[in-house]
Amino acid sequence: MTEPPLLSVEDLEVRYRVTSGWFGGSDVHAVNGVSFSVAEGETIGIVGESGCGKTTLGQAILGLTDISAGAVKLRGTERDRARRTQIQIIFQDPQSSLDPRLPVWRLITEPLHIRGGYANKQLIDRASELAVSVGLRPEHVDRYPHEFSGGQRQRIAIARALAVEPALLVLDEPTSALDVSVQAQIVNLLLSLQAQRKLSYVLISHDVSLVRHVADRVAVMYLGQIVEEGPTLDVLDAPSHPYTRTLLDAVPRFDRPLASIAPRAGELPSNRTLPTGCFFRERCPSATAGCEQPQLLVAADGLRKVRCHLVTNVHGMGRPRSAPRPAFPSDATA
Amino acid sequence: MSEPSGDVLLEISDLSLVFRTSRGPIKALNGVSLNVRAGEIVGIVGESGCGKSVTMMAATRLLPKGSAHITAGGIRLFGNDPMKLSERELQHVRGKLVSTIFQEPMNALNPTRRIGEQIVEIIRRHQRLDAKAATSKAIGLLRDMLISEPERIMQAYPFELSGGMRQRVLIAMAFSCEPKLIIADEPTTALDVTVQALILSLIKHKAASTGTAVVFISHDMAVVSQLCDRLYVLYAGRVAEAGTTASVLAAPAHPYTRALIRCLPGLVAPKQPLEQILGTLPDLLDPPAGCLFKARCREADERCKAVPPLAAIGAARRAACWRRIEETQSA
Ligand SMILES: Nc1ncnc2c1ncn2[C@@H]1O[C@H](COP(=O)(O)OP(=O)(O)OP(=O)(O)O)[C@@H](O)[C@H]1O
Ligand SMILES: Nc1ncnc2c1ncn2[C@@H]1O[C@H](COP(=O)(O)OP(=O)(O)OP(=O)(O)O)[C@@H](O)[C@H]1O
Ligand code: SF4
Ligand code: SF4
Ligand SMILES: [Mg+2]
Ligand SMILES: [Mg+2]
Repeated sequence: MTEPPLLSVEDLEVRYRVTSGWFGGSDVHAVNGVSFSVAEGETIGIVGESGCGKTTLGQAILGLTDISAGAVKLRGTERDRARRTQIQIIFQDPQSSLDPRLPVWRLITEPLHIRGGYANKQLIDRASELAVSVGLRPEHVDRYPHEFSGGQRQRIAIARALAVEPALLVLDEPTSALDVSVQAQIVNLLLSLQAQRKLSYVLISHDVSLVRHVADRVAVMYLGQIVEEGPTLDVLDAPSHPYTRTLLDAVPRFDRPLASIAPRAGELPSNRTLPTGCFFRERCPSATAGCEQPQLLVAADGLRKVRCHLVTNVHGMGRPRSAPRPAFPSDATA
Repeated sequence: MSEPSGDVLLEISDLSLVFRTSRGPIKALNGVSLNVRAGEIVGIVGESGCGKSVTMMAATRLLPKGSAHITAGGIRLFGNDPMKLSERELQHVRGKLVSTIFQEPMNALNPTRRIGEQIVEIIRRHQRLDAKAATSKAIGLLRDMLISEPERIMQAYPFELSGGMRQRVLIAMAFSCEPKLIIADEPTTALDVTVQALILSLIKHKAASTGTAVVFISHDMAVVSQLCDRLYVLYAGRVAEAGTTASVLAAPAHPYTRALIRCLPGLVAPKQPLEQILGTLPDLLDPPAGCLFKARCREADERCKAVPPLAAIGAARRAACWRRIEETQSA
């Protein structure tokens, strides 16, 4: 029996109940059947357009949001307590995640403070150590967040996440609020911490070049589902799924002129009532017969999985080659 | 390659500007020079706080009157000094000659009024058209933005549209009075890459078909490289480097431009450390004497204690760096 992976996400679904407002009554289907795993020391990148459910997925991994179906397992178990310290999160905006009234040593050691049983002196020493490990100076721990730049605040947030010796960090757009020169510093820090501590990362980002640089594997999300997943360079250099291709064509690059994008390419369909059949069908340039069936994420070439029958030759209602799974109950509108 | 030869619409020379604040004067611009000619797309790039927005807001007199003060240099917008225009003349310039598009389209639209009313109003404010003609013009503009059901969008309120749709509406409004110049300040920064690609190509095509010049402000080098004919790279309120996009990218000259390009992921092998720019931006309350990039520059030496001029270093290329100036002279 092989050891279970560090993190496994199994058929995860997250729905937000919307009780009031214009859409009262209909749920938001934010994550719609996501499965993947992360090994120790590995980085998986999650890419996809705004609203496709990346942050929700990250929150669900941490247990910060309720899951409607499926499971999140750490080393094979679903226990919440283990998750709470073994998995930590870094947000996009370090400003809002740091209480401005607390000195940096208190911020960094907040998770230990919550756990309790430490004297202030111990906490300050630990904070200085952690500060140094993220490239701050020991004396910085006596200062307050507003005295730091955006990049330094992100270092403080990383130090705080490391305080409880986690095995996995969820990085939700960790550099999107930063300038490119500062981004480079944070990326280098994350890479070296990973090498030193065998950390695993779930890197959520809309920046494909960042994910390409940092991740071993990448999962492309569309409307709360993974449409393609596999080794980073396989997926990003030779995308299979029509959506992955649309997305990558739009990424601005020095070495090629502006892509001409079909206008429909710009609009994500509503996640209040999920489409029947392939979620990408409305926007897909290759849509054809068979796309009105729900699509399954199944093995394609090599280590890659793709959710499109044109690529995999597996039809929604047919029998997938890998473990059979029920077709996704997408049209069960709430 | 030579610089385009159209009429100069905007010329900013050695512009220095401070904001008076309680902590002292913030030296936001420290001798910016740039020009924009008819029909070209000019990119202004640089990291946060380098003065991109302030430069263009000064050019269109949109800065707060009380705190912003020009301390040196000048601006010519369509041949006039915008600071000397009367309120009436300024309205004419803003309505007929220049329009602006900003990052957050929500703030630029009135949330309580339908999209159609807002476009029609702006058209009729500057053009003699009756309501019917203005409406059909508005629909045509929306169609140019590849909005598929323009009549329906005309009836919608801003909150009913996605961010990308709102931005397309604002671009349609910006082009509605057939301006000679459009200033777009990070119009796609808040949007997804697929929407961004669409909007960039809409701007490019519409500008080409109307002959409108565009100043496109962005912190994203790759975006400006795909859209713009020429680039200005700003650092701490000064132009570090200028030239045609192709030549700047093929051979960046200023140490700051080189570093900006090299710190991007994608240029080194995956997982390898990215190139870092040492240090941080200078404090604009008390900027250092001499070259503003000196403290972070690997090539700095004695000469850099003096401010380097933005000097020609090749055909249609200028850089504010003593090293490059010297290499050009000795070549
Ligand atoms: N608390 C909430 N209540 C209701 N709906 C929510 C809530 N949080 C997120 N959503 C909705 O769930 C969907 C997924 O949102 P999520 O924030 O996970 O997307 P994302 O991929 O992280 O987007 P972005 O790239 O913009 O950060 C969106 O439609 C969003 O509007
Ligand atoms: N109203 C103001 N009062 C005081 N300082 C200001 C004001 N507006 C801008 N500044 C300062 O002027 C400098 C240049 O700002 P500017 O907004 O032009 O930067 P930018 O290049 O547009 O940056 P970003 O990419 O963040 O938009 C910054 O240091 C900024 O803090
Ligand atoms: S299943 Fe059909 S619509 Fe969906 S991605 Fe594949 S080809 Fe396109
Ligand atoms: S002038 Fe000197 S300090 Fe400034 S960029 Fe050139 S070499 Fe560096
Ligand atoms: Mg998010
Ligand atoms: Mg700005």
